[in-house]
Amino acid sequence: MSDKAASKRQLSAPANADTLIAEVARLIVQALNLELAPAEIAPDQPLYGEGLGLDSIDILEIALVVSKHYGVQLRADSEENGRIFGSLRQLVDYITAHRTK
Amino acid sequence: MPQFLGDVHRLARSFPPCTHVLNACVDRYHFTVALAAALLSGRTSLLPSSQAPDMMRQLGAFAADVICLTDEPERGHGLRCMAYPREGVDACADSTTSFCATNRMALIDEGQLLAYVFTSGSTGAPLPYRKSFGRLVACVREQARRLGFAGAHRWAILATVPPQHMYGLEASVLLPLANGHALCAERPFYPADVAAALERVPRPRALISTPVHLRALLASGVALPPVDLVLSSTAPLPQQLAAEIEGRFDARLLEIYGSTETGQIALRRPTQTAEWCLYPGVSLEPEGEASWASGGHIEQRTRLQDVLEMTGKDRFLLHGRATDLVNIAGKRSSLAYLNYQLNSIPGVEDGAFFHVEESPQRSHTGIERVAACVVAPSLDATRLLMALRQRIDAVFLPRPLVFVAQLPRNGTGKLPLTTLRSLAARAKSAATG
Repeated sequence: MSDKAASKRQLSAPANADTLIAEVARLIVQALNLELAPAEIAPDQPLYGEGLGLDSIDILEIALVVSKHYGVQLRADSEENGRIFGSLRQLVDYITAHRTK
Repeated sequence: MPQFLGDVHRLARSFPPCTHVLNACVDRYHFTVALAAALLSGRTSLLPSSQAPDMMRQLGAFAADVICLTDEPERGHGLRCMAYPREGVDACADSTTSFCATNRMALIDEGQLLAYVFTSGSTGAPLPYRKSFGRLVACVREQARRLGFAGAHRWAILATVPPQHMYGLEASVLLPLANGHALCAERPFYPADVAAALERVPRPRALISTPVHLRALLASGVALPPVDLVLSSTAPLPQQLAAEIEGRFDARLLEIYGSTETGQIALRRPTQTAEWCLYPGVSLEPEGEASWASGGHIEQRTRLQDVLEMTGKDRFLLHGRATDLVNIAGKRSSLAYLNYQLNSIPGVEDGAFFHVEESPQRSHTGIERVAACVVAPSLDATRLLMALRQRIDAVFLPRPLVFVAQLPRNGTGKLPLTTLRSLAARAKSAATG
């Protein structure tokens, strides 16, 4: 790949991450029928337990939505001590690294 | 097998002075060893229906000398705790464990109390229900006959349900234990993990699960390995879903009907019939919006909050739940209990839980939540939810939670459901704009 193409990819990466954060937030709100706007999910706030206050059923629902949209199958041993659901940003990072769609 | 007996005897000898053991073990093998160790040493196990801090405290009040046995000692339970021993004891924790009766096994009197299970009553304190060993064994031996587990083959039984709940206690712990089958220590959660765990165990193999997990398995797109039986309980499965499950797993799907108070009392194969068939000796007396169950292995006459219609001496149809009953992902409570908890929070002047309308666009897991309207001028959502978390299981946290100046009680003090629902709908559209 040429240098120009590589740097172009680097420059666009942060913008893509933000778009993906907004997209995943929207999917979560829709799938769980939450009564807030996607933009209200702070990217670094905990998703499970405190913070957004999701429970294990919600986690299962999100796992299904994520597999449908991005082709990622979540596994317990891939959770790395719960970091995937530690925050929206962590979830998005995981999706980015493993997506097949 | 000698491993299991060795683990049980070792643990039985290491209990501190106590007559009650709260079994909070997450690993099913640990749970089973702990249950057997308590039984063998004449102790009664307490099986909590939730791990909400208040529940744990109240169980401590129920039995002052209780010791909480846990394999997650880092989680504070607010009780005198004992860690499940790690070194040397659980070499096979991640694999299938076989157990079968031999003449080295101690004999247990059938009247001996195995455990108390707890449900939420309509007031604050959890209600205890006695489970004696003999009745439980009789029940799961009948279960084995009906499931086709009573033959020569040794089955591997994998479950997505916790061993503390009545369904899990019967189907994933006592059923294998009392009938010479293998139980699996793990409790897989994600669909990919459930499929992988099934692949790892030898056939014949059975999956013990619930509608939530079964729906998720179908929706996930994960390749499902063939099994030899699927068992479902905690809420009735729609016939169409049952048919799809049988097709995808290439196996019979059987359903259990029961309750924490009574244990399992009826079985059916939903792809063949909507009718449930009662266990031997059990009888039902419908009474308005509820039914009384007694006889057979049931410990005491129990009121079930379901509308049942007898269609024969030992057969019935299930018509629906009583309006007060709440069942979310297999966990049961009642609006009365939830309202009691809500209104006991300092700062809450008036509050009411209610069922939201069935949404036309169902989620993958098919879950319907409960909502709540509350008058609490000095509290915000965060503090209120935090207070609720202390008192009730997380699945019952209200969605949506609507703050109002006054609850729309009518002249007789009742809260019309339609008014509550439109309050909630208005709040939702205001929030999501």
